[in-house]
Amino acid sequence: MAAEQVRTGLHFMSGDEACAEGALAAGCRFFGGYPITPSTEIAEHLARRLPEVNGVFVQMEDELASMAIILGASAAGARAMTATSGPGFSLMMENIGLGMMLELPCVVIDVQRGSPSTGLPTMPGQSDVMQARWGSHGDYESIAYAPWSPQEMFDLTIHCFNVADRYRLPVFLLADEVVGHMVERVAVPACDSIEHWERKHAATPPGEHFEPFKITDPDLVPPIVHAGEGYCIHYTGLTHDERGYPDMTAATHNELVTRLVEKVRVNRENIIRTEGYSLEDAEIVVIAYGCTARSARQAVREARQAGIRAGLLRLISLWPFPEEEIARLATRARSLIVAEMNLGQISREVERCARRPARGVFHAGGMMIPPDPILQAIREASA
Amino acid sequence: MRVFDRQPLNIDKVHIPRGQVFLIPDRCKGCELCIHFCPEGVLETSSGMNVKGYHYPTIVSGKENSCIHCEFCALICSEFAIFTLAIPETTNGG
Amino acid sequence: MTEPILAEHHPLDDLIRADRMPHIWCPGCGIGIAMRCYAQGILDSGLPVKDHVVVSGIGCSGRVAGYMNLDSYHTTHGRAIPFAMGIKLAKPELMVTVFSGDGDLVAIGGNHLIHAARRNIDVKVICINNFNFGMTGGQFGPTTPRGAIATTAPYGNFELPFNLPYLLAAAGANYIARWTTLHARQLKKSILEAFSKPGFTFIEVLAPCPIGFGKSNNINDGLEEMELYRDRCVMARQGEMNPEELEIDLREDKPILIGKFIDRDRPPFHPFMKGQS
Repeated sequence: MAAEQVRTGLHFMSGDEACAEGALAAGCRFFGGYPITPSTEIAEHLARRLPEVNGVFVQMEDELASMAIILGASAAGARAMTATSGPGFSLMMENIGLGMMLELPCVVIDVQRGSPSTGLPTMPGQSDVMQARWGSHGDYESIAYAPWSPQEMFDLTIHCFNVADRYRLPVFLLADEVVGHMVERVAVPACDSIEHWERKHAATPPGEHFEPFKITDPDLVPPIVHAGEGYCIHYTGLTHDERGYPDMTAATHNELVTRLVEKVRVNRENIIRTEGYSLEDAEIVVIAYGCTARSARQAVREARQAGIRAGLLRLISLWPFPEEEIARLATRARSLIVAEMNLGQISREVERCARRPARGVFHAGGMMIPPDPILQAIREASA
Repeated sequence: MRVFDRQPLNIDKVHIPRGQVFLIPDRCKGCELCIHFCPEGVLETSSGMNVKGYHYPTIVSGKENSCIHCEFCALICSEFAIFTLAIPETTNGG
Repeated sequence: MTEPILAEHHPLDDLIRADRMPHIWCPGCGIGIAMRCYAQGILDSGLPVKDHVVVSGIGCSGRVAGYMNLDSYHTTHGRAIPFAMGIKLAKPELMVTVFSGDGDLVAIGGNHLIHAARRNIDVKVICINNFNFGMTGGQFGPTTPRGAIATTAPYGNFELPFNLPYLLAAAGANYIARWTTLHARQLKKSILEAFSKPGFTFIEVLAPCPIGFGKSNNINDGLEEMELYRDRCVMARQGEMNPEELEIDLREDKPILIGKFIDRDRPPFHPFMKGQS
């Protein structure tokens, strides 16, 4: 990759801008989007930068078209991305489902804002979490990462492209307005030190017999072929058999949908990411993600200074949910606290996996949860 | 649209092509478009039925050599079930 | 030659998925005819088959992608055009055709249709207009004539329909033509013209839908509707776009204006690339 595609060095950037630079560093050469606060800066930055690297920037007429166009670009082999916020994310749901069914890799950035509905366009929220998991109709498994800094907006965008290409599905970056708009130091590594996971392309040469959705590897990921390569493959949103032909039978449906779900589950070790802070001997474990985790870390620090054995588990990947890790923590932690800028979404998952209630520090959104209420909850839990 | 100017044809030179009708009976759905729109009335509904019970076309007796390979039956067959191929001219002309 | 010679293969079998024949379209439906013209157009286009891509939405016409032996994509309802635009912009050397129906392209997909025409993106659109939502059993759609009966208009459609050539001309398409499935020769020629015309091309193809539209609007079968086409179609002089004349109501004995309406050269959509003119 040519140098100016990766602006190696130290920068002082907003999260949105860092996300855009991360996409470029990951080799993203296609962006289709629609303006929506608080993600518009990603589009604006890419509108300037993509033409510099021979990439395509298109502003579409709505988010439905934005999601459709990046799937098309991905079908032609491009690393493609869109960026939106809650309202747009809702409009993209049907085509996200199409991306799951066609197994077309792409990246969707959701810079969350106060929701539901128009909500608080310029203020943060974390209430699209369940939508990222269940937003489209049907059984499928989502992959979503939650950055807590502009640096992670850069790093995780690259990771989203890698995971998307490796496992062939849309992958979400669930940021929030705080992380998107805050400006912090961002270190952009050297070009050749940036990991690039290739798509598993079909080995069979075009023209020979090839069944595009036949599974030959334990990772359950079918090798991909792109438009114009001569394979003449049919991709359909209908339930399809190994040849890619529509097959309206319950048996084929059960097999296909189960595989699409298992494809993420069997590979979850390579996908799930969490980070612990003073967790080793923690009796009270706070679980948080995104900008809220910054407050939670501060609260845990202050609790430790007050002699309370508290710790933080920061979820970097929200989906697939780190079930085993939560179950392990639950066995040795006296109590669990979940802090999130919604009225209890990830907390449901925590309680499901811990098999016991967790204390919630919730806020419907609009302002970052400060450390105090989390510290207060820690104190109450340790009393 | 270019207006087709009419020029007289020299019938000694111009030979009316002759065609051979080919059929894939099991694809036919009995819509009878080919039968109806064949300019020479070469086709008619046969008593024979295909696997789905549709009556596919057959040649009208006496019209065995009437097909002029205009291909219109193939053009308007929605099922890719019928087509014609030209019968090469024998030396003694049409 | 007394009997038709029984054949195994049709000359176009390599271009269609012969292993999926017979297809699902009803007896007398016109979609297969239009698909045949498209297949013939591909053969005559001079482009290698691997460079042709077809994208369809949902509906009877949406099944065309599944029957073409090409790189084919059967996308969500109304979203074929933006999906196709993604393929085209990512790989401009491909010839990308959207083949779908009036419901898919003009009802739910209407926003993408007019914007794609406005932008003049280099995607070829073949729009089957059979005046109803056929796949779901014959509901009225945005092109259904006012007063026509449909399963969701049992007392007659009380809405005024779109007039597609007029709509697309206003939106900005570079090439607009209307044919019927009876005009198979002209349709194939028109498709070839569309292939060689940069920018957004839109070909409306009237096609019989005996089950969805014909039955409830006393057109008994495909044959009868094709007869209507033969009796009533009138060639339009290019560029002559009198809106009233362009309206179609198969129940009335009124001329159906067909032909090429628009053939102009607005600049096709190209994303900006630094270093290019």
